[in-house]
Amino acid sequence: MRNFVERHTFWAIVILVAAALLVWMIFAVWPDWLVQMLGRKKTFVNTLLNGITLGGLYFLVASGFTLIFGLMRNVNLAHGAMYLLGGYIGYEISEYTGNWFLGLAVAFLAVGISGILLQVLIFRRMEGDDLRQTLVTIGISIIAADVMLAVWTGTTYQFSPPEWLFGATVLPVISVIKSSGAEVYIKYPIYRLAVLVVAVAVGVGLWLFLNRTKIGMMIRAGVNDREMLSASGVNVQLVFSVVFALGAGLAGFAGVIGGTALSIAPGEDVRYLLASLVVVIVGGLGSISGAAIGALIIGLAEQFGLAYFPTYGVVLTFLIMVVVLAVRPQGIMGER
Amino acid sequence: MGILKYTMAAAVAVSLAGPAVAADKIKMGALATLEGAFAVLGEDSMRGVKMALEEFGYKAGGKEIELITGSSDATPDSAIRATRKLVEQDGVQILIGPLSGSEGLAVKDYAKTQPNVTFLNGSSAAQDTTLRSPADNFFRFSTEGAQWMAGLGEYAYNEKGYRNMAVLAEDYSFPYTQVFGFLEPFCRLGGKAPADARFWVPIGNKDYSSVIAALPDDVDAIFVALGGADAVNFLTQYEQSGGDLPLVGGSITVDQSVLGSKGNIRKSIIGTPSGGPMSDTWDDPRWDAFVKTYQGMFPDGFPSPSLFAHAYYINTKAALLALNEVNGDLSDGEKKFRAALSKLSFETPTGMVSVDERRNGIADIFLTEVIEGPDGNLVNKTIKVIPQVNQTLGVSYDKFLEYGQVSRENPKCD
Repeated sequence: MRNFVERHTFWAIVILVAAALLVWMIFAVWPDWLVQMLGRKKTFVNTLLNGITLGGLYFLVASGFTLIFGLMRNVNLAHGAMYLLGGYIGYEISEYTGNWFLGLAVAFLAVGISGILLQVLIFRRMEGDDLRQTLVTIGISIIAADVMLAVWTGTTYQFSPPEWLFGATVLPVISVIKSSGAEVYIKYPIYRLAVLVVAVAVGVGLWLFLNRTKIGMMIRAGVNDREMLSASGVNVQLVFSVVFALGAGLAGFAGVIGGTALSIAPGEDVRYLLASLVVVIVGGLGSISGAAIGALIIGLAEQFGLAYFPTYGVVLTFLIMVVVLAVRPQGIMGER
Repeated sequence: MGILKYTMAAAVAVSLAGPAVAADKIKMGALATLEGAFAVLGEDSMRGVKMALEEFGYKAGGKEIELITGSSDATPDSAIRATRKLVEQDGVQILIGPLSGSEGLAVKDYAKTQPNVTFLNGSSAAQDTTLRSPADNFFRFSTEGAQWMAGLGEYAYNEKGYRNMAVLAEDYSFPYTQVFGFLEPFCRLGGKAPADARFWVPIGNKDYSSVIAALPDDVDAIFVALGGADAVNFLTQYEQSGGDLPLVGGSITVDQSVLGSKGNIRKSIIGTPSGGPMSDTWDDPRWDAFVKTYQGMFPDGFPSPSLFAHAYYINTKAALLALNEVNGDLSDGEKKFRAALSKLSFETPTGMVSVDERRNGIADIFLTEVIEGPDGNLVNKTIKVIPQVNQTLGVSYDKFLEYGQVSRENPKCD
């Protein structure tokens, strides 16, 4: 941190000023000229929070995707299908038992196991042939999407999360002061805040797992040099299976979290696959911190686009991708 | 010699009978959105087609009907791809579809290049599919989005007392048509819904939270024209964010494909007025029989048929009735068949239906309100039936064209 300030004093000041401005914009009551310029404060603060929480959701999905790629150089295009499968399994379990958390746990485990099966039964057979593996994952995603459509039909499913997670809470942020002097506070859905907490927890957990455990050390070693790792006597196949299980499990987990925030329906698989791809391209393939930064940027871009220029908002996401690819093709945190 | 003659005659007879046997079958195509955000609507559409075919025992005009289905994803190019496949590869002679508004516009244009095939609409309800430069071989017995809104604008203004409204709708031709149909009378009476209070979102948008945050608070109600998964997502998130403005619904926003979805009962939608070509609780023997048949045939369907099953049923039934009338004669570019369709006037579960000179349906329209049914399902209660609404909403064709093409800004209303 200190190094950064010393080396890039100018940029450090810019970032500091921007952060201070943002904090002021969130907590201060907006003067009229700012309302004229940006619209109501409620819209701005809500959109900001929505962008951050959507980024949290994207991080949950993309972290597994980038983890698998980082170690195995396998672009798992069936990742979206795993998200959707997790959502459906979680729905069935939580409807059957009435326990949403049980649904969440089972979705994580079941999709994680399906990841191990994929690794052991299919990808192991085409070891080292990255292109073939990628093509096979496309095939799997198409078949899985059709099978899921046959089983769960095209109906939109909505989860029933526990009561205390449903509804809105009042944030300690003043929206406007009415002419009568009464302060109007901003309301925000509790569940979306919970999504953010979960995403941060998963991020921290992943960091601890990768940096503080033995198997995490092996994974990092494998990311740097797969051959060297296997030559030093580590069972690489086991490490691969663990990573695949974790990556797939996270997708299934995100299926329930995301399905509760929004909904589960056919087509979600492609949407989240695309979101994951954009996130890791922006953030840098194979990097967990890159996935976090990419998810935040894309989440914010999507939400601000939707709120301020809904018709053309979609373009913003891809514009960011184009700029990143042009300026820094390896992604923000990517290594060459 | 005699024997030879007989054999030759038999051979000739057989060779003549060959194509005749093949012609005893009529190939009918059905196109609906079995993929994407409107997948569940597409599924119910196919149920409507099957109901009509089952009613006729898969036979019309003495010929067997062979059904070939196709799927699109609500984008015009996917609809064209599926239509081309059905027409050019499978060789269907009659096509029922498509489902979504902009798909309908595209298929209408394609129909002009296939003069030997007759197209009957599915449930697509954009205005210009039949209003401006219609195709001679495209029929729409199912009426369209602006007709469906008949009486709703007046109801919101006079009965509900709304004066200022926000609009939230998907960004394509069908919601434009519905917004036009709703706002035209609403604004003529003096209501306001300026362009900066109208929000247009892409089809398949999942996350409405930022749009909800951007909705103005100083309006009396919100007119919502979203369909399928989009409507379900919006309604849940609106409730989650503590939204409490009353809603007015587009026809497919409060349809069974939304009300019948799995999950929490959406309290915010109870009491929402809307309009459409049908009403779940219409107290009429024809409608009751239709619902009973639907429930009997499709135990895994919705509690009650959706607007889509209804529209596809009516268009398929029109095709079958016209086939009966011409004894299955589709020769000469299907001329007789089309003449029969143009003259057709028949009983449907929702009253008499016929088509105007641009081949757009004239039918009864229902003004409805969402209530919780006796068994806990959400259904539409009938408030009023507006008899025989035509496409130009009662004014002359030339006068109606002066209103201008439906768009994000039509009518202006500020």
